[in-house]
Amino acid sequence: MSTLALGAAGSARQAPWRRTLRRVASRRGAVLGAAIVLFFIAVALLAPLIAPDDPLATNWSAVRKPPSVAHLLGTDELGRDVLSRVIYGARASLLAGVVSVAISLLLGVPIGLVAGYVGGAVDAVLMRMTDALLACPFLILAIALAAFLGPSLLNAMIAIGISAMPAFIRLTRAQTLTTKVEDYVRAARAMGNPHWRILLRHILPNILAAILVQATLALAAAIIAEASLSYLGLGQQPPAPSWGSMLNTARGFLAQAPWMAWWPGLAIFVVVLSFNLLGDGLRDALDPRATRSVVASGRQR
Amino acid sequence: MLLYFVRRILLIFPTLLFVSMLIFGLQQLLPGDPAVALAGEDRNPEVIAYLHQRYHLDAPLPLRYLLWLKGVAAGDLGDSIRINRPVLDLVLEKLPVTAELAGLAMLIALGIGIPAGVVSAVRKGTWIDDAANVFALWGLSTPNFWLGFLLILLFSVKLGLLPSSGYVGPGEDLAGNLASMIMPAFVLGNAIAAVMMRHTRSAMLQVLGMDYVRTARAKGLSARAIVLHHVLRNALIPIVTLGALEFGQLLSGAVLTEQVFTIPGFGKLIVDAVFNRDYAVVQGVVLCTATAYILLNLCADLAYFFIDPRLRA
Repeated sequence: MSTLALGAAGSARQAPWRRTLRRVASRRGAVLGAAIVLFFIAVALLAPLIAPDDPLATNWSAVRKPPSVAHLLGTDELGRDVLSRVIYGARASLLAGVVSVAISLLLGVPIGLVAGYVGGAVDAVLMRMTDALLACPFLILAIALAAFLGPSLLNAMIAIGISAMPAFIRLTRAQTLTTKVEDYVRAARAMGNPHWRILLRHILPNILAAILVQATLALAAAIIAEASLSYLGLGQQPPAPSWGSMLNTARGFLAQAPWMAWWPGLAIFVVVLSFNLLGDGLRDALDPRATRSVVASGRQR
Repeated sequence: MLLYFVRRILLIFPTLLFVSMLIFGLQQLLPGDPAVALAGEDRNPEVIAYLHQRYHLDAPLPLRYLLWLKGVAAGDLGDSIRINRPVLDLVLEKLPVTAELAGLAMLIALGIGIPAGVVSAVRKGTWIDDAANVFALWGLSTPNFWLGFLLILLFSVKLGLLPSSGYVGPGEDLAGNLASMIMPAFVLGNAIAAVMMRHTRSAMLQVLGMDYVRTARAKGLSARAIVLHHVLRNALIPIVTLGALEFGQLLSGAVLTEQVFTIPGFGKLIVDAVFNRDYAVVQGVVLCTATAYILLNLCADLAYFFIDPRLRA
């Protein structure tokens, strides 16, 4: 009897996730986005196996050669294979995306939880600080941070993570504010649960969906930001390949060797597009408000 | 209402205060003696000694902050180490160039974004809606410096119609100025257009579902009159405020666009400053953009009140 009850509870806990997964899977855009993201993750992980050449190996007899059988995407100004550099560049881009969003999450979510849950003066001070961060344009703040920290991929990731943090603070706070007045949270409080347990066990799991959606969209923004910082010379340092820094060099050879600019740019575009598709799909599947508007408009038609 | 006004205006002061702390705090990220870093490559001991005195580097941190803040409040943003000129002068000099670029970009963004959003909301679920959504995704996903490359390849390298770089002031040659600004403005406007399109579409959809729209339809008004007079007017209110929030995005994008097209504006100022370790200029640019952003959003919030009579009650 007790095992039966446990089993039922287990499946009840699983059901919403499975339902969500089904909803996401029914959206072509989201599935396509997820597939391309997985493809690029595989490319990044397997780079040494699939890259035809060493991404750092220069070859003075094959400088700025257009795409050919030997070099499918051509070579750059030092005779390096563009395809291999694009493949290895996936590592810098994806790593930067994941690490900077992780930084935003680790800092932003706890701050948002505390601000929303505690309220009062703590909330007011934290929110004014967030407003201040938000008032500095994202890339300009990231450039300033990267400038003072010194140019490197790690510092670029820190800069992007901190610049992207306010969005997570605001979202988590807003979600916490609406969740903390729910009956089950009141009940948990009435039962004498300590605040940290209410925050971690009762509030956080219920706002994770919204955070997940934001994180996916933030990944897209972070990848563009890393490419932008690298393009400006503030991210991945040469000769290590990154899509942004490849575009930086390509700017000087646009007329003579346009293929140097096509492929890294296309790679950024496709990766960012697929994260955006996935994020939009997740939002439609997870955000009850978004679903409601779809239902309402369906009724209209 | 007056209370809201006063509260809203007073609220910008703590925000500005935290912005100033943040920007002052940037200096603390520099490893070692900031004067050595600020002095640049030469590390001239005289310069270092001067900087110690100029920025009160021997005073305790809170006092240093207050002294710095006092200077900033009086318009003293420090001096550029490289060009040996006050930062405020440099910022004011570059401001018109970036303002022109941003203004043109915003025109393009609104010109594309709002009509596209209106049409896709009215024709929701049709191929037009799908096309507009694809356009929005494209705008959001294209790194704008790359779009700049593609335009240069097409219009400068292939067709030879527009200059790929170089800036001509509007005072010297207006046609030349527009020719040098049209590609960068489009690149910058493209991404904002996508955001504006999405905002417009969702605001329109929300209003389209209102009872008064149904009433207007029942009265027998033409679809055109309903969309223009009843729906778009009401949808514009959130679009105005959300548009102001895009200002930061516009400035971020301008940094990259100016770099691609070598336009001597704000963006180029901060990037050049970064590479010349001209930290006072970096701080000055961040401070000015953040202040502009805060004031602009204050204006948008106050405008909201004037546009929507319901809020005034």
